[in-house]
Amino acid sequence: MSRYLRPAARLAATARAQVARPAAVSPFLYKTAVVSGLQKRTYADATGVKEYTVRDALNEALAEELEANDKVFVMGEEVAQYNGAYKVTKGLLDRFGEKRIIDTPITESGFTGLAVGAALSGLHPVCEFMTFNFAMQAIDQIVNSAAKTLYMSGGIQPCNITFRGPNGFAAGVGAQHSQDYSAWYGSIPGLKVVAPWSAEDAKGLLKASIRDPNPVVFLENELMYGQSFPMSEAAQKDDFVLPFGKAKVERVGKDLTIVSLSRCVGQAMVAAEGLKKKYGVEAEVINLRSIKPLDIETIVKSVKKTHRLLAVESGFPAYGVSAEILALTMEYAFDYLDAPAQRVTGADVPTPYAQKLEEMSFPTEPLIEQFAAKMLRL
Amino acid sequence: MRRLSQLPAGRRPCAFQQPPSLAASACLLQSCRRKSSSLSQRPDAKHVSFPGAVKSAFVNTMHFEQPASYPALPTYRAVDQHGEVVDSAFKPDLSDEEVIKLYRDMLTVSTMDLIMFDAQRQGRLSFYMVSAGEEAVSVATASALEKEDVIFCQYREQGVFKQRGFSLADFMNQLFANRKDPGRGRNMPVHYGSRELNIHTISSPLATQLPQASGAAYALKIQRMQDPSIPPRVVAAYFGEGAASEGDFHAALNIAATRSCPVIFICRNNGYAISTPTLEQYRGDGIASRGLGYGIETLRVDGNDFWAVREATKKARELALQDGGKPVLIEAMTYRVSHHSTSDDSFAYRARVEVEDWKRRDNPIARLRKWMEARGIWDETKEKDARDGIRRDVLKAFSEAEREKKPPVWTMFEDVYENLTPDLVAQKKALREQLEAYPDEYDLGEFESDSHSSADR
Repeated sequence: MSRYLRPAARLAATARAQVARPAAVSPFLYKTAVVSGLQKRTYADATGVKEYTVRDALNEALAEELEANDKVFVMGEEVAQYNGAYKVTKGLLDRFGEKRIIDTPITESGFTGLAVGAALSGLHPVCEFMTFNFAMQAIDQIVNSAAKTLYMSGGIQPCNITFRGPNGFAAGVGAQHSQDYSAWYGSIPGLKVVAPWSAEDAKGLLKASIRDPNPVVFLENELMYGQSFPMSEAAQKDDFVLPFGKAKVERVGKDLTIVSLSRCVGQAMVAAEGLKKKYGVEAEVINLRSIKPLDIETIVKSVKKTHRLLAVESGFPAYGVSAEILALTMEYAFDYLDAPAQRVTGADVPTPYAQKLEEMSFPTEPLIEQFAAKMLRL
Repeated sequence: MRRLSQLPAGRRPCAFQQPPSLAASACLLQSCRRKSSSLSQRPDAKHVSFPGAVKSAFVNTMHFEQPASYPALPTYRAVDQHGEVVDSAFKPDLSDEEVIKLYRDMLTVSTMDLIMFDAQRQGRLSFYMVSAGEEAVSVATASALEKEDVIFCQYREQGVFKQRGFSLADFMNQLFANRKDPGRGRNMPVHYGSRELNIHTISSPLATQLPQASGAAYALKIQRMQDPSIPPRVVAAYFGEGAASEGDFHAALNIAATRSCPVIFICRNNGYAISTPTLEQYRGDGIASRGLGYGIETLRVDGNDFWAVREATKKARELALQDGGKPVLIEAMTYRVSHHSTSDDSFAYRARVEVEDWKRRDNPIARLRKWMEARGIWDETKEKDARDGIRRDVLKAFSEAEREKKPPVWTMFEDVYENLTPDLVAQKKALREQLEAYPDEYDLGEFESDSHSSADR
């Protein structure tokens, strides 16, 4: 019975009756240009598309929202004077002053609590964690206060807050600094959780997060900050927002659905190209964008077309985002699957410090490609 | 809080500030700890026995206490920056050889700083943290503790490891994560740990070690209650002033005070938490004032004064073992001459001249050296010999560790759980079969061979 109480239940009811619609078409081609840590924007070409790094996109989103709404402020360790530990808040102190770009003492529980309190009092804080690993010091404020106060106050205390920072593993920082929290926050009713991949995702989702009246956990990825992506003319405007709970089909295909999020989307795109080149198969790649709410509709639509599902993420396998995707697909599209849905995830080990072991602990492009080929019996 | 001006004149400068509640109710605490909850009120008493403040006097005028009206807690010094003794009661309690050994420990840490920072820049290791300016805090505190005492470090206390007997090879093996690293290559550089030296492995998340230190101290206390033949031991817990902003710091001090845990909290107040200066870290009188708030005996000490830090720690250890155990807080004032870590360039947020000033004005190594020279046990030649020798030894240990093999392949399955779980056993078996079936495909030359490991544990 319980599944009928869930938002995707209507899909189950109408599953057999529906005819697959053509999936959305990717508006631009994915480019793998990797840029070093420097900020880089290029001149617009004839179509108005510019190259943005993810860092630039985040910075622009913050600046625009700070400009648009004086209730918005940014708070965290090293965000002001130092321009952010990863330079995401570069230049914001100079532009908006120390009342709105606030350096904090090293007190995650303290400044998170303060930000939650400010949000409960009507401000719209953006609370930056140097990494989400450190947010564990403050998880009670996020889970028990930010996520639940609206409900428990009978709806009188909204909490418009954005928690953001790098999530997941980086490079050579050991087990305590290399964890993916998507599943942790994704399991909490009351939170919205998003994980951008491209520069457009970063900008559109961050602006949506800041504007959304609910607490939003915005999971970035340290390894993505320096990567460049084309940014459409529409996305460069200051009214560009992306909706929550809507995945994006980044690559259209008919043979296999690969669902992924954050950095793994890029890896899945490369793997999909490899599959095409080597085997001539077309994999459809879905960029989840939003972890909670999860766009099961787009996934089910795609599975109806491809009949195979592979979920790819860098979190631990047990009870993870992929586990949820597989479970939902089984619930709502079981009859359309020609093979068991599968997942490629991080390894079930504390992240090793040794470089080679660390590389082997997370999905790589060849691994995704091999796994997909195996699934398709190629 | 007691006004300092009301303290008796002529008290020894190294005296720990006693929180008034402790002083007033020490006997009460000793005899029957829980009695305060059932105190009876006497008629016409000038004090009221509210359970939350048993000796608070009634006054008829309302007055909010102003932090600014209290003078800052004083900083104890035994030797000034010219190497001259300023505490007339101070007598060095170490032989000349012992002092020289500790001085060499400080030099060693300082030498490693330079070499390892450069090595990181050359890409030969992923990360390093230097301790320039703070060598005395770690070496001198460690020198006043017993080998059996248990230590929790933050991550800038190489001197503690060095003083307790961590060899250059031990440091380098950890930094290069080779087969001799007791951490088996699983941690970032500088996250040392040593069972032999009773030092818990360093954990990156800030301040988590502090409540754990209280707990460890509680365990020591209980052990000794159960078996009085165990010699008395304390826990020493190190942290920076930035970490003291974490909730864990406050939880640690409160629980240590209420459970009377024999733990010495040692704060290295070095002025910066990465880029955040102390002015933005807190507004009170440093970290020391917080100790008093939690009812903990507290001393602020000149962290650049080797002797003051040592004397302070000696006394703190004594206090921590009194009355069945209690926490003590030491705030050692220093200056972080170095960058926060190899990931930081501190000249982005502080002036180079500020750092140069500090280096010139006062430095813990230079100060002890001046003291030793005045005593006639050290000179320019010995200094040069010592520095050259240490540099040679560090470089030797460096290149040996860099060449050393990696831990055995099999160790990667171990220690996630106490014993290998069935799935790990199966994975290990599969790997072994794979390696045996295709020996030419896998180059295991870099790794220590099978025979030395606990492969079939």
